Amino acid sequence: MTKKNIIYRGAEAEICIAKYKGFKAIQKKRIPKSYRIKHIDDRLISLRTKEEAKLITEARQSGVAVPIIYDVDLKNGIITMEYLDGKRIKDVLNDLSEEERDSICTKIGESIARFHNNDIIHGDITTSNMILSNEQVHFIDFGLGEKNNEIEAKGVDLHVLMEAIESTHSQYSSCFDYVLEEYKKVLKDDANLVIKKIQEIVKRGRYR
Amino acid sequence: MICLGIEGTAHSIGVGVVENVSGKCKVLSNMIKIYRPKKGGIHPREAANHHALYIADLLKESVSKAQVDFSEVDLISFSKGPGLGPCLRTAATAARALSLSLNRPIIGVNHCVAHLEIGRGTLDDCKDPVLLYTSGANTQVIAFAEGRYRVFGETLDIGIGNCLDKFGRTVGLDFPCGPQIEKLASKGKKYLELPYSIKGMDIAFSGLLTAAEQYYKKNESLEDICYSMQETTFAALTEVTERAMAHTEKDEVLLGGGVASNRRLCDMVQTMAHDRDARFFVPSKDLCIDNGAMIAWLGVLMYNSGIRMKVENSFIDQRFRTDMVDVSWHD
Repeated sequence: MTKKNIIYRGAEAEICIAKYKGFKAIQKKRIPKSYRIKHIDDRLISLRTKEEAKLITEARQSGVAVPIIYDVDLKNGIITMEYLDGKRIKDVLNDLSEEERDSICTKIGESIARFHNNDIIHGDITTSNMILSNEQVHFIDFGLGEKNNEIEAKGVDLHVLMEAIESTHSQYSSCFDYVLEEYKKVLKDDANLVIKKIQEIVKRGRYR
Repeated sequence: MICLGIEGTAHSIGVGVVENVSGKCKVLSNMIKIYRPKKGGIHPREAANHHALYIADLLKESVSKAQVDFSEVDLISFSKGPGLGPCLRTAATAARALSLSLNRPIIGVNHCVAHLEIGRGTLDDCKDPVLLYTSGANTQVIAFAEGRYRVFGETLDIGIGNCLDKFGRTVGLDFPCGPQIEKLASKGKKYLELPYSIKGMDIAFSGLLTAAEQYYKKNESLEDICYSMQETTFAALTEVTERAMAHTEKDEVLLGGGVASNRRLCDMVQTMAHDRDARFFVPSKDLCIDNGAMIAWLGVLMYNSGIRMKVENSFIDQRFRTDMVDVSWHD
């Protein structure tokens, strides 16, 4: 396995293109942060790498499009996974036709409901963390995710997306309504409880 | 243009006088009086009484220190919100009285936006930063996007200053507890595991506060607890700031708010900025804490972009959110 070029440098990890047993692959390596003490740094890197690999695998089992995990290296904080050929939803959403946009948002809502049905919390649902590939919306970066069956956790998960849409796609704020509409249909539990929770979280924020 | 700004959102009443010198902010004076409760946290009414007691003298002192005459003041600005109602009303009342007696226009401004603009106004090369605004009540990561200052991350429960103050009170420190906690933390050696709670770009502190209080009950050394609290909370704050910078693709970071005077927090954010080739900015301490100069400067920016307010519409707004302000003065 050879490390080639870095294609993206995020806030906490570097993404580079690699090969895994002949397949084109992606390596996500969590970078040690010199601003925090080693104790916290080691704990976060190892914990997040392990948790992320586990959640991606479970999300796939729930029927959500995610990259296939090839290998996990906890000590160095590296996950090797399938290369997805596509574009970030963040970069395409504002340029789509209304119809396409609605259809994408419906798919997003369906996928979130599917992993929530299995108590998987993504932890950072933003449009930067979704890749449109083969007409499917793939979810990436489960690095802040967790397993949690509480309505609160699911509400917070969706609230992150709501804020991301408000800040990055502010002229298309109805996107979130389409997400919720499909979410309601696919979620096994009563989605209204989660939606009520989102409203509660909004009010809990300062000065709402 | 010379503007006088009155700040009164919480424990501080401040009067600042600033001058617009070819688009940059020149601070002529910036006087602050801080209400320090003898016991417990801020009582809004007591704080407002404190502000009412000192505002008249502060106005005179600030104008005289600025070496201007009241007649040379072109604009009166005040903190419209967010903040404690009685405190806001006291500052706004003073602003209205001044506006009417001097016959000068009045303008109410957003306190959180003022924290960001004073950095842009006074620091060279600080043009389009991500602001990490950390104070007692507020903890927000703010950046300009699509016509407004948007909140990319914020606390889901209590502000970082509030978290430190509450812990400080439990262990018997005086308000504000931040500086004493910083001193204690510098002597801490052992890291005690504390919850590190980030949800997307949002952050939570109440679980960590409870855990820290538990350590104190179990007789862990106060120095070690303070050290662990600072290391954990500041690392989380730095992380959400970095995430916002990556998300917005900005390469400037600015600190603001009272907690920005903590050396360790500055060091962490500066290191993060350095590691990602970004520039780091922090205003002088008197411009980081709640102050009148920043209120005055935002007043100048808004007035110059054509925004007007009548005295009869100069309401306060306790829940005035950062992202409610239409930012017409930013390119």
